[in-house]
Amino acid sequence: MVEILIAIGILGGLGLIFGLVLAAASKVFYVQTDPRLEKLTEALPGANCGGCGYAGCAGYAEAVLKGEASIGACASGGTECALAMGEIMGVKVTDVARKVALVRCSGYRGVDAEGKEKGAKMKGEYEGFADCLAASKVGGNGPLACKFGCLGFGNCIKACQHDAIHIVDGVAKVDTEKCVGCMACAAECPRNLIVPVDYDKHTVIACNSHAKGAVTVRGCTQGCIGCGICIKICPHDAIRVENNLATIDYSLCTSCGLCAAVCPKKLIASPIDTPEEVLAIVKAHMKK
Amino acid sequence: MDGNYINALLGILLSAVLTENYILVKFYGICPFMGVSKKIDTALGMGMAVTFVMALASAATWAVNLLLVALELEYMQTVAFILVIASIVQVVEMFLKKSVPALYKALGVFLPLITTNCAVLGVALVNVQEGYDFLQSVINGAAGGIGFTVAIVLFASIRERVDKTDCPPIFKGIPITLISAGLLALAFMGFSGLKIF
Repeated sequence: MVEILIAIGILGGLGLIFGLVLAAASKVFYVQTDPRLEKLTEALPGANCGGCGYAGCAGYAEAVLKGEASIGACASGGTECALAMGEIMGVKVTDVARKVALVRCSGYRGVDAEGKEKGAKMKGEYEGFADCLAASKVGGNGPLACKFGCLGFGNCIKACQHDAIHIVDGVAKVDTEKCVGCMACAAECPRNLIVPVDYDKHTVIACNSHAKGAVTVRGCTQGCIGCGICIKICPHDAIRVENNLATIDYSLCTSCGLCAAVCPKKLIASPIDTPEEVLAIVKAHMKK
Repeated sequence: MDGNYINALLGILLSAVLTENYILVKFYGICPFMGVSKKIDTALGMGMAVTFVMALASAATWAVNLLLVALELEYMQTVAFILVIASIVQVVEMFLKKSVPALYKALGVFLPLITTNCAVLGVALVNVQEGYDFLQSVINGAAGGIGFTVAIVLFASIRERVDKTDCPPIFKGIPITLISAGLLALAFMGFSGLKIF
């Protein structure tokens, strides 16, 4: 009987001592934290996508609190999140432009209306790791004949937490409705094909081939050959051809979609379908 | 300190890391071994945290064991050790948060995970069973942690490779992970014949 009491006493005593030590330690080692930090972390979506450039949502919240980061850098949370954070920090926040990711490659493999094969051409069969980076190192810039194009092994899919990017006919394609613009996919792409564009202005040259026109044509039926028709039709002077590749200056672009309509390779992605009549008028105007 | 004692210390060190590896030979602490081994970085962080806690816990449980032996309460070792280890981890976590924030950031996430890690308790019990003195206990603890780190980092690098391979669909995920863990344990069996001094 006494033995049991001793055991209870000793273990209870040990527990009590450790409890007291812990209680004392929590007082001695108490770290003052700003109550706003918790609120900020709650206001963030918690996706930990890293799109803001900080290690997760908690890291971004801390940076905002310290004044190192600006409110509105969270792509996943968008305007709603920025407004909530502005309220916590006592700052007025205006609308944040929604960004989405776009893949600059149009080499979708398939068959065109005349039954000819279209899209990116292959140099050979690749049977190694199903990984874009691994594939891009094999046989001189990978199995594609085009050394700029999407390899289609889906490293970006693994990076995406929002199920917004998929491989369609051998090329990654972003679902702009699901995409929150965190750009986690862009960091994974060994070809650097994925760029952020404004959601409501997503006219984009979906090709990244800096090769000369003839070389591009040999690798892909859909590549930009730098012909410059888009430059001529653009009413806002927003397109330039640099290194055999058309690029859009988004400060001038209004997303009218004319360039997309006239592109002979149909590689400019545009949210707007330009009506035929408008196009006819513009074409007639250009001939003068 | 004579030569024999130093030899014994070296023997404890090498056997805890290789021949009696707590994970791959004794199969303690399989939970973090499977759970935190997806990336080499996190595996290394976990390994360092475990090493740190194991060495500390060995020292503390050695002292508590003295008390238990004096009162003839050896049968309470397991319960008492769990209590000691859990409180130590808590205090260490608070101490690091206040005094060494950088280390806290590196180890912080892993520390609560270790509180109930059976490898740490296993080390403490082995120390008692083998009748190690204070220095031997601490060395056994630290070496056990190093063995844990070696095993988990090796395993994480294997898993990173396996993730990228074209593995048959029925083996994808957990099955291939368990198979590779088994193969790694087999490889460590090769050390079992190793005689030290």
